[in-house]
Amino acid sequence: MILVFIEVRDGQIKKYNLEILSEGKRRADELGVNLEAVLIGPNLEGQAEDLFTYGAKKVHLLEHPQLSSYSPSAYTAALLQLLEEVKPAVVLFPASSMGKDLAPRVAAGAGVGVASDCIRTSVEEGQLEVVRPIYAGKALAAFRFNSSPAVATLRPNVFPAMEPSDQKGEISKKELSIPEDRFGDRVDEYLKGEGAELDVTEADIIVSGGRGMKGPENFALLKELAAILPHAAVGASRAAVDSEWIGHQHQVGQTGKTVSPNLYMAFGISGAIQHVAGMSSSKVIVAVNKDSEAPILKMADFGVVGDLFQVIPPLKEELKRLLSE
Amino acid sequence: MNLFVFVKRVPDTESKIKIDHEKRTIVEEGLNFVLSPYDEYAVEEALRLREAKGGRVVIFSVGAETSKVILKKCLAMGADDAVLLKDEAPESYDGLRTSKVIAKALQTKFKDFDLLLFGRQSMGADNAQVPSMTAELLGLPQVNVVTKLEIEGNRGTAEREIEGASEKVSFSLPAVISAQKGLNEPRYETLKGIMAAKRKEIPVLTVEDLGLSAADLAPQLKMTGLESPPVRQAGTVIDDEPVIAAKKIVEFLREKAKVI
Repeated sequence: MILVFIEVRDGQIKKYNLEILSEGKRRADELGVNLEAVLIGPNLEGQAEDLFTYGAKKVHLLEHPQLSSYSPSAYTAALLQLLEEVKPAVVLFPASSMGKDLAPRVAAGAGVGVASDCIRTSVEEGQLEVVRPIYAGKALAAFRFNSSPAVATLRPNVFPAMEPSDQKGEISKKELSIPEDRFGDRVDEYLKGEGAELDVTEADIIVSGGRGMKGPENFALLKELAAILPHAAVGASRAAVDSEWIGHQHQVGQTGKTVSPNLYMAFGISGAIQHVAGMSSSKVIVAVNKDSEAPILKMADFGVVGDLFQVIPPLKEELKRLLSE
Repeated sequence: MNLFVFVKRVPDTESKIKIDHEKRTIVEEGLNFVLSPYDEYAVEEALRLREAKGGRVVIFSVGAETSKVILKKCLAMGADDAVLLKDEAPESYDGLRTSKVIAKALQTKFKDFDLLLFGRQSMGADNAQVPSMTAELLGLPQVNVVTKLEIEGNRGTAEREIEGASEKVSFSLPAVISAQKGLNEPRYETLKGIMAAKRKEIPVLTVEDLGLSAADLAPQLKMTGLESPPVRQAGTVIDDEPVIAAKKIVEFLREKAKVI
C-alpha cells in the first residue's frame, strides 16, 4: 500500500497535496497496490471526501485534542502509530515546509531513510525509483530504497494533479494516545506574510529581479507585473537579496529556493551559476537584460536585449489588455 | 548554555558539478570546499547566545579529515572547541547515517547540552534531513528553517519560514534548531581567532570509537543513476525597441509557449 501524508494548515489543503496524491495513485496502479491517505487534526471528514476523488481508497483520520496545531514531535508519534498498524510499502509527503520538516523525523523513527524533494517517480523492476536534484539541481540522482517503508518527499508544482473522479472510499478514524513529552514543540501562531503572498515554490509564474533592478523601490514594478499575471509570485537573485532590496524568502538559487514554474521571467539577472541551478527546471524562461553577453540570454527560451525599465511598462499594458479579453 | 553546532564541508555555490559516470559520484577534483552557507548562520547564532547567556560553543562535523579545515574556520569565528566525528564513507545522500553518528556521539560522549544547532540543509546533498532525524533519535523537540530565535530559561520561541508566511513555534530545551538565511549576519574570523584556531587540537572520534556497527550504518538508499540535468538550448534573442519587444514577449508567451 502507498500512504500519502496530506498537509492541513489553517484548515486548508493546498493544491500540491493533490499533486502528490495523484502521483501516488499512478505508482499504486502500476505496482498493483492500494492508495491511502492520512490527515492529522480535528474535524477533517469533509476534506477526506475530496481525497477519495483523487484515488485514495481509504483515508486515515488521526485525531487528538492537542493535534489542532502542528507539532513535529507529536505528528511524528501519531504517524509512527499508524505506520506500525498499516505497514505501508511506500510513504509519500509533499516536499513543503511541513513535509520536509516531518518526513525525516518519521523515517528516523521507523529506522529508514528518506529521498528528499523528488521530481520524478517510477517503477523499475517492480520497485519504486525516484529522481531527485542534488547540488540545487546541478546533478540529478536516481535512488531505490533498501528498507521498508520507502519514504520520499515530492516537490510541489512538478507532478500533474489528476482529474477528480466520483470515487468513494472508507474513512478510518483513530483515537491516539500521545505521550506528554511529545508536545515539546508546537506552533502557537501563524504569521501571515506581506498580504498572504504566494510563495515562489508554489507559483505558476515567477517574475524575478536581480542586480539590474538597481534598488528596493523598483521591485514595486515586479509586484505590479506579478499582480497582473495569474498565480504569480515575485522572485529575486542573491545579489538583490544580499543588497536588502527584497526579503530572502523571495530568493531563487542555491542559497534560496529551487523552483520549477511554468514561466520564469528574469529581469536584470545575469544568470550566475548558483542562480541558474535554482531555476533551470522552469518550463519556459524569458529574460530581459541590458548585456547581450549575459549568460541568462544563452539559456532563455525568449530573450530581450534591452532596458528592463523601458520594457516592463509596455509589457504590463500588453498583458493587461490580453488577459482582460 | 552548552551549545553544540553541526557543520558540513561542501563545494562552494559557484562550483560546476561534473559527474564521474563510472563511479557514480561527483568529481571532487578542482572543487573549492567551504563551510556550508546555512551552517554559518547556526555558528553565528550559537556565538550570540553564548555572548548573551554565557556557556560554551562546541562544533562537530561528520566527515573525513579534510573537514578539519571548516572546523578551524568555526574556531576562528570564536567557537570554544571542535570535534571531528570521523566517517570516511563517500557522500551517500543518506541523512540517517549521519544522524546516527551524531546521536551516538551525544548519547555516549557529549551528554550535556542545551541546544543543537544545524544549518537548514547542507549545500549539496540538499537533504534537510539530519536536524529532524537527530531530533527523533534523541527524542528532542525541533524547529527547522528558523529566522528568529529567543531563549528564556528552559523554553524557547522561534519563527520558522513556511510557504509565503511564518509560524511561531514554542519549544522546551534541550532542542534541535536549524538555521535559515535571515536569522543573523555571520561574523568574519578575526586574525586573533585564526591564530588561536591554528594552535587548537581537534579531537577525532571514529565511527568505530562510537561503537557503531556495520548494520547501524547500512545505507538506506541505493543510487541507481547520476546525470547532469538537460542543458537548456538558447532560444530567440531580440534587440528591438522596448514597445516592440514587449509585444513580442507577449506574443511568444501566448502563441509559442502557451503559458498565458
